[in-house]
Amino acid sequence: MAPRSIVIGMLAFLLAAAVAPALPTWLVSLATVAFANALVVLGLVILWRAGLVPFGQALYYAVGAYSVALITRYSGVRDVLAMLAAAAALSGLVGYLTGFLLARYREIFFSMLSLALSMILYGVLVKTETLGSTDGFHVDSPTYFGAAPQGGMRLLVLFWLVLACCSLSALLVSLYFRSVAGALAIPARDSEIRLEFLGVSVNRLIHLNLVIAATLAGIGGALAAIAVEHVDPDMSYWTTSGGFVFVTILAGAGSVAAAFVGSLLFELLKSIAYDVLPGTWQIFLGAVLLLTILFLPGGIGSLFMRRRRPEPAS
Amino acid sequence: MSHHPLRRMIGHASGLLLVLAACDAQAQQPVPAPVKIGFVTFTSGPAAASFGIPDRNASEILVENLNAGKVPAPYNQIGLGGAKIEPKFVDEAGSAADQVTQYRNLVERDHVDVVVGYVSSGNCLAITPVAEELKELTVLDICGTPRIFEEKPRHYVFRVNPHATMDNVAAARYVLTKMKTISVYSGINQNYAWGQDSWRDFRLAMKDLDPKATVDQALFPKLFSGEYGAEISTLLTSKSQIIHSSFFDGDLEAFIYQSAARGLPQRVPLVLTTGETSVWRLGAKLPDGTIIGERGPHSFLAHDSELNTWFRKTYVDRFSEPPTYPAYDLAQSLLGLKSAWEKAQAKKGGARPTTEEVIAAFEGIEFKTPSTTVRMALANGHQGITDTAYGTYKFDKTENKPTLVDIMRFPAECVNPPPGVDSVAWLEGGMKGAKCD
Amino acid sequence: MLTAFAILTDGLVYAAYLFLVGVGLTLIFGVMRILNVAHGSFYAYGAYAAAVAVGVYFDAGLPAAGGFLLMVLVAMAVGLVLGLIIERGVLRRVYGRDEVVVVLVTYAVFLILEDAIKLIWGPDSYALYQPLGVTGTVDVGGLVLSGYDIGLVAFAGLLAAAGSLALKRTRWGRLLTVVIFDRELAAAFGINVSVVYTATFVLGAMLGALGGAAMAPKISVTLGIGVEVIVLAFAVVVIGGLGSIDGAFIGALVVGLCRAAAVHLVPQIELFVIYAVMALVLVLRPQGLFARAQPRKI
Repeated sequence: MAPRSIVIGMLAFLLAAAVAPALPTWLVSLATVAFANALVVLGLVILWRAGLVPFGQALYYAVGAYSVALITRYSGVRDVLAMLAAAAALSGLVGYLTGFLLARYREIFFSMLSLALSMILYGVLVKTETLGSTDGFHVDSPTYFGAAPQGGMRLLVLFWLVLACCSLSALLVSLYFRSVAGALAIPARDSEIRLEFLGVSVNRLIHLNLVIAATLAGIGGALAAIAVEHVDPDMSYWTTSGGFVFVTILAGAGSVAAAFVGSLLFELLKSIAYDVLPGTWQIFLGAVLLLTILFLPGGIGSLFMRRRRPEPAS
Repeated sequence: MSHHPLRRMIGHASGLLLVLAACDAQAQQPVPAPVKIGFVTFTSGPAAASFGIPDRNASEILVENLNAGKVPAPYNQIGLGGAKIEPKFVDEAGSAADQVTQYRNLVERDHVDVVVGYVSSGNCLAITPVAEELKELTVLDICGTPRIFEEKPRHYVFRVNPHATMDNVAAARYVLTKMKTISVYSGINQNYAWGQDSWRDFRLAMKDLDPKATVDQALFPKLFSGEYGAEISTLLTSKSQIIHSSFFDGDLEAFIYQSAARGLPQRVPLVLTTGETSVWRLGAKLPDGTIIGERGPHSFLAHDSELNTWFRKTYVDRFSEPPTYPAYDLAQSLLGLKSAWEKAQAKKGGARPTTEEVIAAFEGIEFKTPSTTVRMALANGHQGITDTAYGTYKFDKTENKPTLVDIMRFPAECVNPPPGVDSVAWLEGGMKGAKCD
Repeated sequence: MLTAFAILTDGLVYAAYLFLVGVGLTLIFGVMRILNVAHGSFYAYGAYAAAVAVGVYFDAGLPAAGGFLLMVLVAMAVGLVLGLIIERGVLRRVYGRDEVVVVLVTYAVFLILEDAIKLIWGPDSYALYQPLGVTGTVDVGGLVLSGYDIGLVAFAGLLAAAGSLALKRTRWGRLLTVVIFDRELAAAFGINVSVVYTATFVLGAMLGALGGAAMAPKISVTLGIGVEVIVLAFAVVVIGGLGSIDGAFIGALVVGLCRAAAVHLVPQIELFVIYAVMALVLVLRPQGLFARAQPRKI
């Protein structure tokens, strides 16, 4: 991503933050959830560049969400930054540990192993009756630097926080893509052995990407839990992971911005589908996805991004 | 098929004509602004057939007939206090986050005045704090978890239908009265909150009522797993005298087909706490002697009344099948709202009540429904209780229809915790204060 | 002793179910490298079509044997129609795209087909109860087994044997094997890969529908049954090795027996068992129990 697009991206976030008070609250609420989920999608974009598609990213999403929920349930900590830090650290740690296993796998085997791991967490959560099993439980509102905004203000402050997290993550990920480690992901996808000959450990590179993606998913889950004020084991179910992959493809996995635009569009699409076709909203979603893949191979992102100059053949 | 599209279209068209005719008759007087109600229930997914569809059907005929002023007294006033109901239907499928978003859309985008609905306890728990935040009057419909009001007092949220503790306490009382003594029993419940809670309540109630009874097998197959061979073998080789199950929807029916084929329910009676939703589909395939509940005194167990006769007839005429308990639950929720609304309106001298006024009237209200009489007795008047009943299944071969025999009724105070006591604490403390006479 | 016997029989019945659900998926993956999410829809459509058609057949009082034949025929018809429409109409346009994009295409197809069920058969559930009544029961030392289940195990076993033999011994089977091993080489030898793809997808769809038709008598045919079998089928074929019919057979047996043992001995872990086995197998043998190791890209 060119520096100019970083500036444009940051301006877009600022604009969103500025117009939010004028927007209807249902739209702000929808955008809050959408941008929280966009962080997970951003993680998927990172993995996608390395040729990996996890069907179990909901594992880290749920870890992040449940860490926030457990903190509000069992401790006195209410500060939002402390909660987010804990969620990020824990999901990053889980990502680091599962990474030892997952980093050795590629293609569909990687996808399926990540799915198996997330389903094991799902099983544990369903079995935990003290945490409400499948019903889940309520997440108390956090405080923001000691203040506890109420009503419409609560939503607005949270939205700003989500935007701040998103712009920071987007910035860091853009910088990461321009770093050596980040740039190596694409050659790693194309040919691992070539990279290994250059003295790069592909497994370690992928392990790093996995940890970054897991941390992002954890923060996304934590923010979603705060926004929805409720957590349940469905957050770790494979259909949740599938939804994230869905958005990644819909957006076009090419860029950082696509993750955010795609996620917002997806939530809007779902909302419209529920409203217009209450009985058959899945047909609508399926048709949109199908048409996107058939007629916009680069995803929705390719519509608004400048077309790159053709690269010299390798 | 009962839901023949043509029949439905004719139904819609005739409903429309009725509305038009009614509009014409009233054209001279000022028409009060309609009350917008959001109805949320499953119209897709596995819970649609047994819960969502009867629920939705009941809301359709009730809205239509209430708007035409055709429901028997005391509900013969048009709509809610003369204002027509304008329904908006939403599918309950999707995650809790999806439902929270949809709920906000209903309230803030579609500006509905009241939300009535929700089958899943998880969704009810997720919606409740949002309803409180948005100050939106919300009547939870079928979901059964007692946690809604036990975790926190609520102001904007009501639940007319009793919570799930009643179902399992009544089941235990019924079983022990009917079978005199039970030394060994087992349970098979779905591995999710509803199944786990139901089994816990039943086990605790059994312990209170017959401390000598022991549990042999407590099985929790995965929700919607579809194949129960191993569970059925386990239960076949167990010495249990009864088997408790809170299975519902497709899982219940699959379990009955598979276990009946291997003679399990013929050998050991099943106690199905939500069994009534499936009896019309199962018919003769459900063995006689199965103990059936319907989460209250609804369709088979309803008290005779003009209202019930009217409800059943209208439902059968439209959908060619009898209403099951989810339909009765919806009727109960909507008529509770109507009672509260009109009580508040009467107090205000006929002017349209505000949300706060409806809430004040709703708290602690008592009203008649097609099933029974509901009293909003728990949770500071926000949670309803009713009497309940259980019966034993008998398929009437001459009439070719299901019936319940050996019906036993339990007063509300016999099977519900007293106000201010959490249900689990009540069960663990030996059900103190239960009045069963 | 009775418990051990029960574990064995329950395990076999569950394995038969898993194999019927998974075999079409693994076939399509083996030949076309497509992880077909719409497989869940084939299962659901097979179940719905069988429940309606075979139910009508039995209600007419016709001989039982014909009912079972009709079950198979209905499934094949469903598979043929859906398979042709999806392969010719949709998949053909995305061959050569990234594997995961193709997975997403099948996911989109799945979403559409899932709601189309409501438009075709309505939201109510269907039951096909007659076959279980016709096949009766067998009592083995107090454990009553359903005749239909025994038939199901035999049918799955036959299908596995026939599939395995057909792949190794028949001309068509060998052609498929060539395509499985090396697409380009197969094309170079003049095999019409396009026809092979269509045939494979239709066959896989038929097998998926057959799984649904075979299970229809045991379940309540209702909305959402397709979703539940997808991950189950994935797990089985991944354990066995994606693309291997023998592997799907072994995978189904392993999972079936493990699950039955869990229900009888430690019911608390039933929910995890399948995924734990899948994770374990992937850790020990990343390619699954039966698939070949693949050369690394250079």
